Amino acid sequence: MEIGPYIMLASLEGAVTAAVLALTACGLSLVFGVMRVVNIAHGEFFMLGAVIAWWVAQGIAGHPALGFAAALVVAPVVVGAVAVAADVTILRHLDYDPERTIVATIGLLYIIQQLTLMTYGPEARPVQAPFSTRIALPWLEHGPEGWQVIWPWGLGTTTYKLAVIGAAVAVLLGVWALMARTRIGLLMRATQMDREMALAFAIPVERVYALVFGLGAGLAALAAVLIVPIQQAHYLMGGDPLLLSFVVVIIGGLGSLPGTVLAAVLIGLSDGIISVFFSPTLAKILATLLVGLVLVFRPQGLFGVRAP
Amino acid sequence: MSRRARILALHGGLLAVLFAAQFVLPAYHHGNLARIMVLASYALGYNLLFGYTGLLSLGHALFFAAGMYGMALSMQHLEAAPAPALLAGLAAGIAVSALLGLLALRTAGVAFMIVTLMFAQAGHLTILYFGEWTRGDEGFVIAATRRVLWGIDLADPVSRYFAAWGLFAVCLLSTLWLVRRPFGKVLIAIRENEERVRMLGYDPFLHKLGALVVSGTMSAAAGAVYGLLFGYAGATFASVQYSIFPLLWVLLGGAGTVLGPFVGTLFMFYLIDLASGVTTAYMLIAGVVLVALTLFAPQGLMGEVRRRLWGWLP
Repeated sequence: MEIGPYIMLASLEGAVTAAVLALTACGLSLVFGVMRVVNIAHGEFFMLGAVIAWWVAQGIAGHPALGFAAALVVAPVVVGAVAVAADVTILRHLDYDPERTIVATIGLLYIIQQLTLMTYGPEARPVQAPFSTRIALPWLEHGPEGWQVIWPWGLGTTTYKLAVIGAAVAVLLGVWALMARTRIGLLMRATQMDREMALAFAIPVERVYALVFGLGAGLAALAAVLIVPIQQAHYLMGGDPLLLSFVVVIIGGLGSLPGTVLAAVLIGLSDGIISVFFSPTLAKILATLLVGLVLVFRPQGLFGVRAP
Repeated sequence: MSRRARILALHGGLLAVLFAAQFVLPAYHHGNLARIMVLASYALGYNLLFGYTGLLSLGHALFFAAGMYGMALSMQHLEAAPAPALLAGLAAGIAVSALLGLLALRTAGVAFMIVTLMFAQAGHLTILYFGEWTRGDEGFVIAATRRVLWGIDLADPVSRYFAAWGLFAVCLLSTLWLVRRPFGKVLIAIRENEERVRMLGYDPFLHKLGALVVSGTMSAAAGAVYGLLFGYAGATFASVQYSIFPLLWVLLGGAGTVLGPFVGTLFMFYLIDLASGVTTAYMLIAGVVLVALTLFAPQGLMGEVRRRLWGWLP
């Protein structure tokens, strides 16, 4: 294949990565923005979503779409409930102190991961996609007879991958509407701006925190359910989404949702394209260094505005 | 007894007991204790930064690995003898911690934690990337015949125990000395209130950098000695897990106490040792202990001892 179709294929794959990453990172960003809690266990909520999707898909007989649709509902709700329970039993008692909550979420990471290892086991297991029709894509080439349309071998995508992108866009719009247009979103934003003042206005801050922590984890789980027919469910799969979410949230500016989505698209696309030319390890080294250096030299994020 | 005499008696006593223990311990625990003393030296280094200066690093595996690979790579590829190889490990630790300090100390709080985590992750990935020399996750073995320092065979259990004890004694006594010096007092003051320290005319940045370099060097020394004594270097020692371990040990033993790191390492080592006999998911113990400590005992074991019994504990 020539370089042109290659890049097009890489950016199509990158768009799927970007869509899933945007959802996961949005959850992390929401939790950090409203609660000022850095949730190291976020990747494990992602993993838990994928594993629960596998359980649900196994449990439901019939057409694979049925099991997948059930997983799409069950996994985020269950993971959200786990997160709310963790918030009520652990984070609330730490008074949301930033450093102590980080240590506690590291503990939570190992608890969730190792409990999954004990129950689900070390195997990687796939979930069948509800639908997956292959679409071949055309490419323009300048030949001896002028411009002509060719169908390069291997250039294509599946309907499922396009559906993932569509679903992610829809969910992100939903999150935006929730934050900007509803009463509960107003309460969240008020809590984010000034916790003390929100308390003074009788906003139930603790309940808002529990809700936000559950919502953030639910978003990660939803992203995992979407990706699990393409990847496989495995108890160690939480590491990469956590790292990439950190990259995205920090580059997009901590706690800013539009910045997060923009950065997710940028990182997702470039990750796809960079992995074509360089080794994935080198791409990860560059990404981690970028996060560290951005935090050191431009803590408001690449797209953020410095607070006055 | 005066305060000074008590402190000397307690810490000297611990070292004497550890020295004597090797004559009575069965072989299995003998080997374990040697390992624990090297890891406790790593924890002592971590404690200096976290417990005394109040800087929570999530990337100390970078220093441990810098020492280990500085030593192991120079033995493997430059045919260096153990003594210069150990010095190479120390030099790598100093260089890496100074560089990281200059960058990461521009941030504070949560940002400092993430920056250290990211740079350590980059370090781990770099070791994997240069797998041709480092052999990546698989690691490489340093032959027992080459691990002879000044005529002492470090592969032999008895001399290995002595070497581990020596490293631990140096780290313990230098921590004890350092935190009772004016430099150490300024570090504690920075932990309590950095602005006030600045107002009193001290330079917090230079003190924090000093603490980070001493802490990183101690961790690198532990890494280099660990590689030399147990004859193996692998990328696992640079992974996030090895950044979390010293945090766990120090939190369990008591941050900001000189004895805490050893106590925490001892308990956690045997806890994980017992758990791994029962299940492969032994890191569950680490998670549960981390959560329980932050919830119920942020002071750790020796912190509780200081609060309830011995207020004079350094």
